[in-house]
Amino acid sequence: MLKYALKRLAFLPFVMFGVTALLFACLQHLTPEMRAALYVKDPRQLSQLDAVIEKYGLRKPVYVQYGIWLKQVAHGDLGYSETAKMPVADAVKSFFPATFELTLCAFFPILIVGVFFGVLSAVYRDRFIDHVTRFVAITGYSLPSFVLGLVLLMVFYGHLHWFPPGRYTLDTDMLVHSDSFRHWTGLLTLDCLLNGQWAAYVDVAKHMVLPAATLLYIEVALLLRITRSSMLEELTKDYVRTARAKGLPERVIIRKHALANALIPVVTLSSLLFIGLLGGVVITETVFDFPGIGRWGVQAAEQLDIAGVLGSTLLAAGLFVTANLVADMLYAVVDPRIRIGG
Amino acid sequence: MERLRGIWKMLKRRPMSLLGFSLIGLFLLVAVLAPVIAPPEAGTRDAYIIPQTGYSPDPVPPSREHWFGTTEQQYDLYYGMVWGTRTAFKVAVKVVGVSVFVGVLLGGCAGFYGGWVDEIIMRFTDIVLAFPDLVLAVVIVAVLGPSLDHVMYSVMAVSWPSYARLMRGDVLSVKERDFVTAARALGASDARILFRHIIPNSIYPVLVVASLSTGSVVITAAALSFLGLGAPIGFADWGQLISLSRNWIMGSSGNPFAYWHTVFIPGAAIFLFVLGWNLLGDAVRDILDPRQK
Repeated sequence: MLKYALKRLAFLPFVMFGVTALLFACLQHLTPEMRAALYVKDPRQLSQLDAVIEKYGLRKPVYVQYGIWLKQVAHGDLGYSETAKMPVADAVKSFFPATFELTLCAFFPILIVGVFFGVLSAVYRDRFIDHVTRFVAITGYSLPSFVLGLVLLMVFYGHLHWFPPGRYTLDTDMLVHSDSFRHWTGLLTLDCLLNGQWAAYVDVAKHMVLPAATLLYIEVALLLRITRSSMLEELTKDYVRTARAKGLPERVIIRKHALANALIPVVTLSSLLFIGLLGGVVITETVFDFPGIGRWGVQAAEQLDIAGVLGSTLLAAGLFVTANLVADMLYAVVDPRIRIGG
Repeated sequence: MERLRGIWKMLKRRPMSLLGFSLIGLFLLVAVLAPVIAPPEAGTRDAYIIPQTGYSPDPVPPSREHWFGTTEQQYDLYYGMVWGTRTAFKVAVKVVGVSVFVGVLLGGCAGFYGGWVDEIIMRFTDIVLAFPDLVLAVVIVAVLGPSLDHVMYSVMAVSWPSYARLMRGDVLSVKERDFVTAARALGASDARILFRHIIPNSIYPVLVVASLSTGSVVITAAALSFLGLGAPIGFADWGQLISLSRNWIMGSSGNPFAYWHTVFIPGAAIFLFVLGWNLLGDAVRDILDPRQK
């Protein structure tokens, strides 16, 4: 198992290398002047264009630029993200906790709702509750997050003024950046509580309700479907019939026998879902103006802030490879029939 | 004929699949009839450019003159929705078609030839798959410049790998079967074996996944338009129309829902279109997947 894990982890540098090389290859379509436009925003600075091109080495062949970047990274310098207005490493440190917090707020509701209604749907197959659950799931799966996000904002922000977009209000902003506020965990909700700032806690939590709700509705469908079909399959198996023949109550059969086996694919899927959310939920973060990894990555990509794109992509690609590995290992842990790596 | 009747019987038992077929049928009808139900003004060079009835920055709610109201800068929303149906079909069919073709070809070659061909193709596939959703697509559009065609290219570029991976797995199992050995013994060429024997026998899972993923392709393309990377303002494209509505979620003072139509109408169109494809995808899976019977 350890050998297998190490072998898979060896794949990580390769993916990182490939991902960044591919990004640099995309750059060949741009002239140095177009790329310099990122740094020169004001027409009055136009005379500095050549100096900027020179400074960032934009006229050099792409492979040379890639080599320079690799060397920088090897020295621990990920570059400066023009969109975030800070070094890439700092940008990751500032955006990642926000995405992580949002992920936590969305993931557990998704897991609970998905598994609960998936099981319910399977147990009451083709009954009313099953039809309703499946309909709600497929509508969520079909709803683009920006449509749902805008509608939610219109109702709960524009009309009711309950849940504003963004990360926090100005007051909280000032509070969390003051010297007396200690960042114990990096998770803002938790930190607010630990600092005894109840009002700030409510404020931060309020800002996360809509994005978390959007993610819940949109992402729950897949988990629900997998739980349902896996549960349906288990319920037809012989051991369930045996348990019924023994006269066990249906409740025990479902909870103790079938569910334990039905959850195997769910565990794998949910680990992939967790990492998927962690890699940044681009559109949801953009709609709600939530300062996370996804919003940063897409802003950087739009403005061709290459250092920013490389930084956010490296993080997501690293998470992706790790997630696949963790999913495979979890598979072996929850299902003793599966042995990996001999 | 017998098969068609079987499909119809199955559809009758499954109201959700029927709903999917009806939704897509309805949208198809709108797309085909677009010149009739929303005739372009005489002398228009490009029917996809939405007519503008003024330059006022505020959207106008639905009225007799503008059934669905207007967006900012007075683009007629009804016209945009009708012609946007054509755009939506074009995007869905082209993107899914090309990415399935590329995926089948690359995955098929990887599985069939094995060795270093397999290694190169699949490692490249892994790299593309490792990109966070949308970021690679956004980079591609940002580099090429915003336009609907570039949105399509970039969605194709990020969606072929999953088909390639699936195809490779199926080819690996099919190529060990006896009829392939028999064809080889008869002296068939590699290309003939691949295209006549292996691909037709391993393509069904890919087609099922393709029909299930058409909806998400539409969402991804619309999301890129929503980010302002798609068609220019005034082009009949649902994603573009909804990106215009972002400034209007607050409504006017005293009437928070003053501009509801700018979000709800294009939003409902995208939602129903995607829902239609997803329900259709489920139906196709049930029809093509023998294990479900």
